[in-house]
Parts: sequence; structure tokens; C-alpha cells
Amino acid sequence: MRLFLPTSLSLALFLFLAMPVKADWLNFRGPHGSGYAPDITTTVGELSAQTLAWKVTLPGRGLGSPVVVGERIFVTAASGPEQQQLHLLCFSVKDGTALWERRFWATGRTMSHNKTNVAAPTPASDGERIYALYSSNDLICVDLEGNLVWMRGLTLDYPNASNSLGMASSPIVVGDTLVAQIENDSESFAAGFDLVTGVNKWKLDRPKSANWTSPTVLHKDGEAIVALQSSDGILGLLPSTGSSVFTIPGGASTIPSAAASGDELFIPANGITVVKLGASGEEPRKIWNQSNQRPGTPSVLVAGEKLFLINNAGVLTCANRASGEVLWEMRLKGPFSGSPVAGGDGKLYLFSEQGVGQVVDSSGEKGVVLSEIELGETILSTASLDDGALYIRSDGHLWKFAKK
Amino acid sequence: MKRFLLSLSLSFSFFFGFAAHAEPWTSPVEQLRKVGPEGAGNTEAAAAWNALTALGPEMLVPVLTAMQGASPLARNWMGTAVETVFDRALAAKTAMPGEAIEAFVLNREHEPNARRLAFELYARLSPEEAAALVPGFADDPSPALRRDAVAKLLEDGRAQLESGDQSKSLATLKAALDAAREVDQIDAVTKLLREKLAQKVDLPKHFGFLSHWHLIAPFDNTGRAGFDRVFSPEQTIQLDAEYTGKEGKPVKWQAYATPDDYGKVDFNQPFGPIKEVAGYAYTEFQAAEARDAQIRLGCKNAWKVWFNGELLFGRDEYHRGQRIDQYSLPVKLKQGKNTILVKACQNEQTQDWTVQWEFQLRVCDATGTAILATDRQPTPEKAAPARRRPAKSE
Repeated sequence: MRLFLPTSLSLALFLFLAMPVKADWLNFRGPHGSGYAPDITTTVGELSAQTLAWKVTLPGRGLGSPVVVGERIFVTAASGPEQQQLHLLCFSVKDGTALWERRFWATGRTMSHNKTNVAAPTPASDGERIYALYSSNDLICVDLEGNLVWMRGLTLDYPNASNSLGMASSPIVVGDTLVAQIENDSESFAAGFDLVTGVNKWKLDRPKSANWTSPTVLHKDGEAIVALQSSDGILGLLPSTGSSVFTIPGGASTIPSAAASGDELFIPANGITVVKLGASGEEPRKIWNQSNQRPGTPSVLVAGEKLFLINNAGVLTCANRASGEVLWEMRLKGPFSGSPVAGGDGKLYLFSEQGVGQVVDSSGEKGVVLSEIELGETILSTASLDDGALYIRSDGHLWKFAKK
Repeated sequence: MKRFLLSLSLSFSFFFGFAAHAEPWTSPVEQLRKVGPEGAGNTEAAAAWNALTALGPEMLVPVLTAMQGASPLARNWMGTAVETVFDRALAAKTAMPGEAIEAFVLNREHEPNARRLAFELYARLSPEEAAALVPGFADDPSPALRRDAVAKLLEDGRAQLESGDQSKSLATLKAALDAAREVDQIDAVTKLLREKLAQKVDLPKHFGFLSHWHLIAPFDNTGRAGFDRVFSPEQTIQLDAEYTGKEGKPVKWQAYATPDDYGKVDFNQPFGPIKEVAGYAYTEFQAAEARDAQIRLGCKNAWKVWFNGELLFGRDEYHRGQRIDQYSLPVKLKQGKNTILVKACQNEQTQDWTVQWEFQLRVCDATGTAILATDRQPTPEKAAPARRRPAKSE
């Protein structure tokens, strides 16, 4: 049967496709899972009562970042005395109106350290569906309207896959695969899941060691390669098959995640180690290492030509990405559990554990704090950016700041 | 409204009594019950979920009812379908089967989480009527419903204490303790009873912790290899036997009783804070009757548990945290003697938070209610705090 599109419909479709694409924030640390969104050239710039667009109450704590798809924003939470009630919520970007909520009972273990929470991982999206992973290893897929597409109880399938301190690694969609690291001291694995059915496309054993880092995505010759970080180092693999592409031995941090930028990976390993992917069949080449640059809990950020690290004392270090040379340092109001994110205008956004939001202009010879706001709530999460807007979740609320 | 309820009641009967007469939710519910491991049945379940959520509120009680006996995943599919339909109907101000939902909540034969969900839906329809149901949940088999009743008793007991009515407060807080099954509430009630009303509370008995054991250690766990290694106590239990332990030293079983409120069995007490070792704890449990039960364990060391000679589960995680009821292991108690063997392994870490070499274990039913052995011994008395030795200058 031939498909025939009426002329008016074709024209509408053409106009739709020709429209500027709104920047979505689809997973932990946005594009490539690395925290830098060069396409968002105008960020909110100021965090203040004047730029606070709205805030809504959340039904439970969580550390996962909001995910933005079009005019909708998605966030997870966990509640109940044992955190056994899982929430997936959808709000309107425009005014914070609650559009829908889905609740689930955790099917896996919900124990975690008091500081963290079962809703620690950030959901991921491919623009059509939301994939929400919880520390209980419940992995749930819904469409943008909240219709259930599939569910997995990974602890039901793999009973020793859990961490009594809590899991926190966030999944990411790469091509037609959802990649997740379910890494812990016991039944440790990473897997690629079919986006439509939720079945395993591949599953591979991982180091038996607790690991809270999240996958990042490198690109080489038009091909996406997922970097899995662990106490063993880095494993690069093809997302659709799980086939190994390269390994970088020598160990790496299990808390802050690496940042990918094209074919370069900035790894929290022995301080900071930077590698560049080689030609097919070749192992990555080390570009530089600075053993005295040690990130704390926040992940590494590479924005343009600069590399940013935050240590556990709240000192933000800006270094030359090509050489590792320190350009400037400044002490911020820390400590930080969430990671910095940046747009194409060189502005960095960070929120301290005490709920102090800070905007740092990194475009000059020194860092300058442009604005600061005290939200009065614990914040252990990472902000999500949108054109002229920023979203952050605190223990009790989801906040939107928007450029006036 | 009555006609609606009659229709609902008939639908309900047809669903469970006459399978041949398929209601619109019958087939989708059957499909949801088929979801299996590793994503099996997800595609069909999504279609079934869409079919269910296209229905009106007449599906609410039948689907809640169908959660009985369904797998945890299937219950989640059904529960979200119920909430989705309810939310839409509420927003559209469609007539709701409020009385049927209330009846579902009050029927203790239904699945506990389904009843909790139904209660929350009912509270959104009729908040005052729902609140009036709460005191009746104090002996409810659903822990999630019981929790609300305990919270109310706690609140009342506190208020009575503050108003100076100690006898009333004592009665209320004792009722709260009898009803409480969750650790935070038990702790809160116990604190008030002990500190404000000078009452003795036998927490190990309340929880059903096993306080009397036989211990043997140390066996070798160098390089964490002892977790998988089969030492003699795993092959046979002979309490008067002597074995060769770590570094060739002889090891023997010894009796051990813990006075700890939360039943902690501490290997460090008899054996010292040693590292890279494995130990075993053995006890017997005399059951009044054959029945379903749970062994609930808390342990921050690598562990294995055998029940009546069969390995229930094992986990090789070290020092990531411990809490009461960290692991729930379903068992079938035999009438009379049942045996429990625990293996607890200590690793090589030397940080101060890796000293613990211990576990806590209780026997209870699925609601967390203690099942006590017929020959349960009294909880050991806590040793009096050691007297401070006077400083030389005193």
C-alpha cells in the first residue's frame, strides 16, 4: 500500500522539521553525559528571586537530575519509611503544572546510606520515552504521556545485584540501546537494554566493586563508544552489542565520573588522566596526567577549551584542557555532591549540599561568581539546563529559574 | 449509584466466579500476570496495560483484587493501571465505586499493598471516612496500613504524656508497641516507654530475634576466599567436635547469648577483632506448628544462611551497611526442631568502620510479626556498665 501524505500535511511536517530544535536535557549531565551543552548559548545567567520561575513540591527525596524533553520535565523520587515507594513525575516546563505521576513499589532492596536515596540515578530519555532507574534496581520505561512501556526488576533477575550503601549510576541512551551500570561488590554487571521491549541486548560481568560512576559517550569517526568507568579503569564498548573496543587499565575513581569530549576522555584516575582514542584497533593514547588535580564527589567538566574540577574542600579548579595547566582556582561555597554543568556561554552552574546555587563566569582570566542564591534546602543533585532556563531538584522541591 | 454498585458487584462475581464470562479486564489482567524474568512478556503487558487504562472506574476493584497472588512486577503493572484510571476519572468527576473500594480496604484477605493503594484512593474520595478507618488497622495484616494506626497511637500517647496522664499514656503506648512492626516506630515507642514511663521492654522478644547461639571461629578467609570454601560446620553440625581453624589452630563450638536489644551476635566478643576470618553460628528453633515464615537477617559482612541444612542465600558484600530486616528469606517451618546455620566472613579492611563481625537474625511472618520458639529462653540480662576506675588523683 502506498502511503500518501496530503500536501498540507507534508508542508506542516516540513515546517515542523525546519523549526529550531529546542535543546533537550536527556540524561545525567546532559549531552554525552558530560555536563557541557555548547548548543545552549544563552543560559539563565542569574539565580535569584527574580529569575525563579516556579517551584513545585516533590513527594519524596531524590538525587537524580530532572530530564527535559520538549515542553515536559521528568523527575524521580522515593518515599516511605523504607523508601519502597518509587515515583516518576512529569511537569509542564512552562509553569510547573503536574501532568502525571506514576508510582511503583520497589521490587529490589531499598537500603541506602542516609545521605543518599533510592531515587539517586537520573532518568534517561531518547526523546520518545523515559527510562527511570532506581537504587532498588527497578528499571521502568514509560512514554511521554506516562503510559507504561516496560518494567524490569533487575534484583528479581539478578538477586545479588545491590549495594547496601545505595546505587547511583545513571543510565544513558546511545543509539538504540539503554546502557546501565549495575556495579557493586557482589553480582556486578553492565547491560544494554532494548529501548522498546526492555530485554537484555547484552550483559557483561563487571568488577566486583561498588561503583557510583555513570557511563559517558565518546565519538570517533561518527561512531558512538560508551566508556564504562570502574576501579579497574575504563572499558570502551559498542552500545548496541556490548563488544569491547578498548580498555584503559590502571584503575579510576568510583565516585566522580569522567567527561567525554569528542574522542577525548578526561578521567578521574591518578588525579586526572586524559586519553585520546586511537585509530581502529589501537588502544587510546595518554595525552597528559596531573596527579595533583583530584576531583572530590563532583564529576569532571570539560567546556570548550577548559577543564573544571571541584575538590572536597569546594575549590573549583580551571585548567587548560590541552595541557592540564592550571589557569585559575577559586573557593566556592561547598561542599558539593552535585556536579557542575555549563552552557555554550561559559557560565557554570553549581549547587552546594546546603542548597547554595552559584553561577560562575569562566570566560575570563579568572572565575567570577555572577550570582548566588540560598534555597534553604539540601541539594545533592546536578542541575539541568535548557535554553535560558535551569532546573534543580532539592530534597523537597523541583525549581525552575528562567531568564527574564 | 446503587445500580452502579450492583453492576460492579456482578462484574466482580463474574471475574472470579465465572471465568467463561470474560469482562474487559479479564484478559489484560491475565496477560499482566504472565510477565516474567528478564523482560519476558513486556510487549504483551504494555498492550494489556493500555487496554486496562482505557476502561472506566468499574475496573478498579477487580484489578485491585487480581493483585492477590501476582508477582511483584505484575502488581506494579496493575497498580499503576488502577491509579491511572482513578486519576483520570477523578479529574473528569466520573462516578466512583467508593463503597466497593472501602469494602476492598476492609477485607483482610486481599493483597496488602493493593489494600494500601485502595485506602489511599478512598482517602482521596472520602478523606474523613478514610481517617475514621485508621484506628481499626492496629492489628491489620498489611504493615503499610498498620503503620498509620501505630502513628496515631504514638501521637495520642505523646499527647497524653504531655498532658500528664501517665496511666492513659502507658496503655496507649503499650498498645502502640503491640501493634508496631516497623523498626522506626518500635524504637520511638520503646524510647517513650523506657525513658518517660520507666517500663521494661523486651525488644528481642518483640522482634523475635534469636539470642542464643553456638559459635565457632576462626576459619581462614584470607583474600576473601573463605566465603566459597566449605569448612566442616557446613558439612555436619557436631557441637562437641574440634576442627582445625585458621593457621592450623584448633577451634571448638562455644555457647553464646546476646543481650543486645536488636539481637546482634558479635563474633568479636569471644574471638577478638581479627581479620580475614570466617565464623559460624548455629541454633535450633522449636516451632509450634508447620507454617510459612521468614528469616530476616541484618549483616554487614559476607554471609550465608542454611535452614534445615539447605542453603537459603549468600552474599559477598563487606561493610556497606547493616540494618534490621536487611534481607528477608522465606522458609517453611517444620513443627518441632528446625536448624539455622549462619556463616559470617570478615575481610581484610582495616578502617575503623570495618571492625564489625556480626549479624542479627529473627524469625517472623510476612508482616514482620515475631514467631517465637516454643522453648524460647529468656532474653539475657545486659551486664551492668563497668564501673569507672577512679583516676589516681581522685
